[in-house]
Amino acid sequence: MSLLEIKDLHATVGDREILKGISLTVDAGEVHAIMGPNGSGKSTLAQVLAGRELYAVTGGQVLYQGQDLLAMSPEDRARAGIFLAFQYPVEIPGVSNMYFLKAALNAIRKQQGMEELDAFDFLNMVREKMTLLDMDQALLNRPVNTGFSGGEKKRNEIFQMAVLEPKLAILDETDSGLDIDALKLVAHGVNALRGPERSMIVVTHYQRLLNYIVPDYVHVLAEGRIVKSGGKELALELEESGYAGLGIADEEEAVGKV
Amino acid sequence: MTAVAEQIGNWLAEFSGQAPAAPWLQELRAAAFQRFSELGFPTTHNEEWRFTNVAPIARRPWRNPPGKSSSELPEEARRHLAQYASQANPFVALNTAFLADVAFFQVPRGTVLEKPIEVTHQVASMAAYHPRTLILAGANAQCTIVETFQGTGSYFTNAVTEIVAGENAVVDHYKIQLESREAYHVATMQVQLGRNANFTTHSISVGGALVRNDVNAVLSDGTEATLNGLYLVNGSQHIDNHTVIDHAKPHGTSHELYKGILDGKSSAVFNGRIIVRKDAQKTDSKQTNKNLVLSDEAVIDTKPELQILADDVRCTHGATIGQLDSEALFYLQSRGIGKSDARSLLTYAFAQDIIDRIKVPELKDRLEKVLFERFHEHAH
Repeated sequence: MSLLEIKDLHATVGDREILKGISLTVDAGEVHAIMGPNGSGKSTLAQVLAGRELYAVTGGQVLYQGQDLLAMSPEDRARAGIFLAFQYPVEIPGVSNMYFLKAALNAIRKQQGMEELDAFDFLNMVREKMTLLDMDQALLNRPVNTGFSGGEKKRNEIFQMAVLEPKLAILDETDSGLDIDALKLVAHGVNALRGPERSMIVVTHYQRLLNYIVPDYVHVLAEGRIVKSGGKELALELEESGYAGLGIADEEEAVGKV
Repeated sequence: MTAVAEQIGNWLAEFSGQAPAAPWLQELRAAAFQRFSELGFPTTHNEEWRFTNVAPIARRPWRNPPGKSSSELPEEARRHLAQYASQANPFVALNTAFLADVAFFQVPRGTVLEKPIEVTHQVASMAAYHPRTLILAGANAQCTIVETFQGTGSYFTNAVTEIVAGENAVVDHYKIQLESREAYHVATMQVQLGRNANFTTHSISVGGALVRNDVNAVLSDGTEATLNGLYLVNGSQHIDNHTVIDHAKPHGTSHELYKGILDGKSSAVFNGRIIVRKDAQKTDSKQTNKNLVLSDEAVIDTKPELQILADDVRCTHGATIGQLDSEALFYLQSRGIGKSDARSLLTYAFAQDIIDRIKVPELKDRLEKVLFERFHEHAH
């Protein structure tokens, strides 16, 4: 049984169909990159997998560990081991990062029949993970993402992933807005979390990230469909010829080349 | 007999039945009752009471608790008593007409009180209570006051608090309203602030069926005043907060932040008036009212009223009415936190912003527990 099986998935927002039949299988331990221009549906796919209600699934099926994923609430998906690193992490004033993460971890542990951690054990556990991402411990006492720089927010996402130890991590444009040093730091954190029991779906517009997080498979998404799949060399091919080389329009890239 | 006369008639019997008091007090009471008889209870035709209908208070024949006699007051207290809160407010007049015990505190010049002054009103069913508090803080004095209102059953609390802070005094005030859910609560606070005085008040309103809070502060040269408030209403509760910040002299600063959380069929009012008098140049004033509305049936009326007569001032105000942020909810859920817990957490966080500003640790802990219980209820 595969960890994740997406079969002919269709999704809409309002009247607009964004995903027009996506099929993808992810096995345990695999890292899949999903590349595509803006508006191709990459982020929609990531959010649909995490259970965002903004999108209506109009067709197809998603099985996670053989279960109907689409019937599960977002929190049940998280408790079953799915983690979405947000493209735009949400600021939550009034809730400390530490309280938030402890509540999340304990909700997941409870589901898995493990004992809940108290503040002391929790601190010991997260300290090590903070070092991994070179994060200042003071961030724990600050409200969730509030007043964080773009880089701090992305690091905070990967830090959460390190603490929650998901089975399937979906990284939604984790590289966007990062300078090269921040990118290396985030990639280092992600790579440290790779393992035979953890699969990842890495959504990105740019090949750059994939120099640091080397995928097993690369899929190119355009207009809501996967138009090409291959190994890691497909990302390099895209870097050479651009999305246009595959006959895909990409406004941003066109502007970049002028 | 008109409805108004009928209402006053009930009060007249109670007024006449009061235990006798010293002549000066008897005189004060009589003048106030006369004033109250002329004014009657306010109706919703009165702009100040447009959204708060006090008919349920006016209709009931409340009894005055028997056997109360007036306590002796020092000369200093008598000089200040009933000099500040306006008797044009019928509830203030009514309170003065039934004046018996006065909680009087004098903090002498230059004295720093380490521990808070605590005034707790614990009342029981079926009566009308008119508690009166007078606090005189001398120049350079420093004190903290915690007024708590709680009780059981149905009753009517009509409180008046007057605070006079001298030059450079620092006064930190808290009003914690945890009345029974069948209680009627009207409270007026009048604060006179001296030159360079620093005054902070937090009004936390959680209980009561029908609640009206008036906070009026008059500032002097270089005075700094902070008025914060938190009101939590659900079921069919109604809480009305009226504040007046009167910048009477130059270089005054005022900060005002009121936050409300409304659920069920509840309603709330925030009316914040800022007056900047003609010679109150260099006034710096900021007013914010934020409301979190959790149900479709809850109603909030929010109204800033700025009367600015000086020309070199900075005054800002803003009001928001919103629901829980759906993105924040999804973010919490996507980390494994259940939807109802996520809702409570976000609601709690909205209120925590005010609670975090409370400087008395025991009070902060106590209110955090109150909030926790309340929002647990909200979520399920």
